[in-house]
Amino acid sequence: MYELAVIGGGPAGLAAAYSAYQNGLRNIVILERDKELGGILNQCIHNGFGLHRFKEELSGPEYAHRFIDMLKDTSVEVRLDTMVIEVTPDKKIFINSPKGYECIEAQSVVLSMGCRERTRGAISIPGTRPSGVFTAGAAQRYLNMEGLMAGKRVVILGSGDIGLIMARRMTLEGAKVLACVELMPYSGGLTRNIVQCLNDFDIPLYLSHTVTEIRGDKRLEGITVMKVDENRRPIPGSEMEFDCDTLLLSVGLIPENELTREAGISMDPRTNGANVFENMETSVEGIFACGNAVHVHDLVDFVSAESERAGAAAADYVKNGAQKSDVIEFKNGNDVGYTVPQKMHRDTKAEKIDVFFRVRRVFGKSKVVVSSGDEEIAVFKKAFMVPGEMQHLVIPADKLKAYDTVTVTAQEV
Amino acid sequence: MYDVAIIGCGITGTSIAYRLSKFKLKTVVIDKENDVAMGATRANSAIVHAGYDPVENSLMAKLNVKSVGMTYEICKKLSVPCKQIGSLVLAFSEEEAEHVQRLYERGVNNGVPGIKVLCFEEAKKIEPMISDEVKCALYAPSAGVINPWEYALALAETAAANGTEMLFSSEVTNISKTEKGYVITAGGKEIEAKTVINASGCGADKIHDMVLPHEFDITPNKGAYFLLDKSEGKRANCVVFQCPNKDGKGVLVSPTVHGNLIVGPNAVACDAEDTSATAEDLAFVRQKAVKSIPSVDFRANIRNFAGVRPNSTKNDFIIEANDGFIDVAGIKSPGLASAAAIAEYVEDMMRSGGVKLEPKASYTDERKQVRFKELSHEERAELVKQNPAYGRVICRCETVTEGEILDAIHRPIVPHTVDGIKRRCGAGLGRCQGGFCGPRVVEILARELGVGREKIEKDKTGSYIVRRRED
Repeated sequence: MYELAVIGGGPAGLAAAYSAYQNGLRNIVILERDKELGGILNQCIHNGFGLHRFKEELSGPEYAHRFIDMLKDTSVEVRLDTMVIEVTPDKKIFINSPKGYECIEAQSVVLSMGCRERTRGAISIPGTRPSGVFTAGAAQRYLNMEGLMAGKRVVILGSGDIGLIMARRMTLEGAKVLACVELMPYSGGLTRNIVQCLNDFDIPLYLSHTVTEIRGDKRLEGITVMKVDENRRPIPGSEMEFDCDTLLLSVGLIPENELTREAGISMDPRTNGANVFENMETSVEGIFACGNAVHVHDLVDFVSAESERAGAAAADYVKNGAQKSDVIEFKNGNDVGYTVPQKMHRDTKAEKIDVFFRVRRVFGKSKVVVSSGDEEIAVFKKAFMVPGEMQHLVIPADKLKAYDTVTVTAQEV
Repeated sequence: MYDVAIIGCGITGTSIAYRLSKFKLKTVVIDKENDVAMGATRANSAIVHAGYDPVENSLMAKLNVKSVGMTYEICKKLSVPCKQIGSLVLAFSEEEAEHVQRLYERGVNNGVPGIKVLCFEEAKKIEPMISDEVKCALYAPSAGVINPWEYALALAETAAANGTEMLFSSEVTNISKTEKGYVITAGGKEIEAKTVINASGCGADKIHDMVLPHEFDITPNKGAYFLLDKSEGKRANCVVFQCPNKDGKGVLVSPTVHGNLIVGPNAVACDAEDTSATAEDLAFVRQKAVKSIPSVDFRANIRNFAGVRPNSTKNDFIIEANDGFIDVAGIKSPGLASAAAIAEYVEDMMRSGGVKLEPKASYTDERKQVRFKELSHEERAELVKQNPAYGRVICRCETVTEGEILDAIHRPIVPHTVDGIKRRCGAGLGRCQGGFCGPRVVEILARELGVGREKIEKDKTGSYIVRRRED
């Protein structure tokens, strides 16, 4: 019987396992389906990781290795090439690996499976179905892990961060990136990536545009791009033709939660992740969740911080049992897409509550109001907010404990 | 000299090849594409139709009804995913209610078992999510869902295991009559055969015209689909049709044999090779589908595709023999459901045409396929102990192991493409559509076939996936 089983050895799982170890657990296992730890960071060879966490600029693999190195001198067991097939609410975990198919048991579980990319099907792009249409992450894997190029003349649909990073990466590798096309009137990625990956390479960004046709019987031969109206419907007459052999899709990420759902854990339809408390515990006692499996982050630094809280909470659960207390709920007000956590324990042991959220539209100078009914609990000033950048509030726990529900609202000032 | 050359490796050609492989015949199946089931067979509604649609006394009616039971039996023997789940035809108006009544009578006349007309309440019991606008429905318990390409692959592999040869990437460009039979020019080769079977789907009119005077045209007609995630798979329990119209059986909503939800098709005249789905096609399908089941959540869509029906200028299946040349043409819906009986009909036709059909002393009539996901915990543990390759999950969404991919590569008909692997074992069929497993499947294929990864193609010849950086 393990004290803690961590499902997924990416940045979230690594941080959770290390934090649980620091908080006194000794019998911890990380279950990782790939042949090495690090998760998606292994293919993110660009820099920009760790500015918050380590105060320096690291590449993805370097960032992962900071944590892998920290784990080296611990008793944390790592099982690679091991896929979790099922987790039960009583924390039996069925795993499959070339070493065998077995059931292991744990006192606590951290779900840190990360996320996956939305595909062509999710957005129903019309046309034929040739090769040459990739998710940006798949093209990134081919290039950075396997030294293979997805193509030579590239259009990128969606301005999520992976797409932007790949625009630069493909250009540096000799491909011609013809355009980045974004359905929304604003970019879905970090501002720094728009500047460093598109502007610096003179790659045009077409906002309020989308791909309306894919052509080619065998390999992609071309696409049609059209401008869209305020209801995101293509405007006839606005067609632009691109002669390209590759279309990369960077159209959003979906938390991976098949295990979570099958375990009967309560889900939040807004995040596609589990509903979590301030200590990252899910609706099932002793099962915690963190990282992109809970909500999609922009920066790995925040994944690590959140996962450290999950790991510490799992250790607390193993040593002291479940936290029994009534619940304060967080609600999202106008133009706030979701909040994480969705709820907190009234008698939480935390002094400060980290609340993350995303706005639904672009905000200029604005304020974020945390309130309950007519009562303002806290106000945070923001110079600007965009959907592509996750917002972070730190609220003293004591300020919240008197209320049953707390609402987070964004307002322009 | 072959005894039989079958042109076309779709469900019709493979059904005939399977059927004939128990006889002492030297048979070859010729196809212009690089794998089994690359035409109409791979993109359709995947339904075993019960047989109330075809008009009475047509060949289609006779073969469809007869074929249903045969299909289930073959699927069981050859380990093909198939489920008898029944079908409903919904009527939304008095006029459609009359149409349902006519279909009922036709079904009875055609000999469809267990068919009945249900009132709204009875239909709602079977299918709780249907629209409250439904007046009544035709229920046919013998209908089912099947995986069409696995069905064709199983038939082709079993035929191949019994000695049938497969010739892919070989387009037939000419057929000439000789004293002993025919000479077929295909992919730069000349193939001699005593009997030629034209099972070439959308190309059947061209093949016919190489041998006989022009008699019919194939008028291809395409239909677009949505395939939704398994989260939507419980939206329907059986195949839910609307009343058929001149363009086909209308838009259906049905669980697939893998537990997804399939929605479609529309019907638009097209070129034989045109499998594009336009924005208009998709909007039409969507709008029609929610009439049957209003709660279908299209946000769970994982794939759109379109398939081409080999409709013909005749109203029935065209199965005719002429001096050792047999047309099996115009095999549109319910062609998949009728294939087993079509093959039997062709066999009888050959026998009465004087072809000696002598059973082989021994032949294979079974096929096993390991499906890790469907096994119990104990069976999985035992399997991995025997072969550690089953311990490595490659496709996360569908839980397909490396062992199953290796099995697929080393079966009688070797796949060379990523989609070939997908059709054989389901890797890449799931919600991430191969985003994660695609590169790994490329790696395994390249390793097993002994070629560079840049040589592995997605689907049709020419659909390369990646290039080396230096190229």
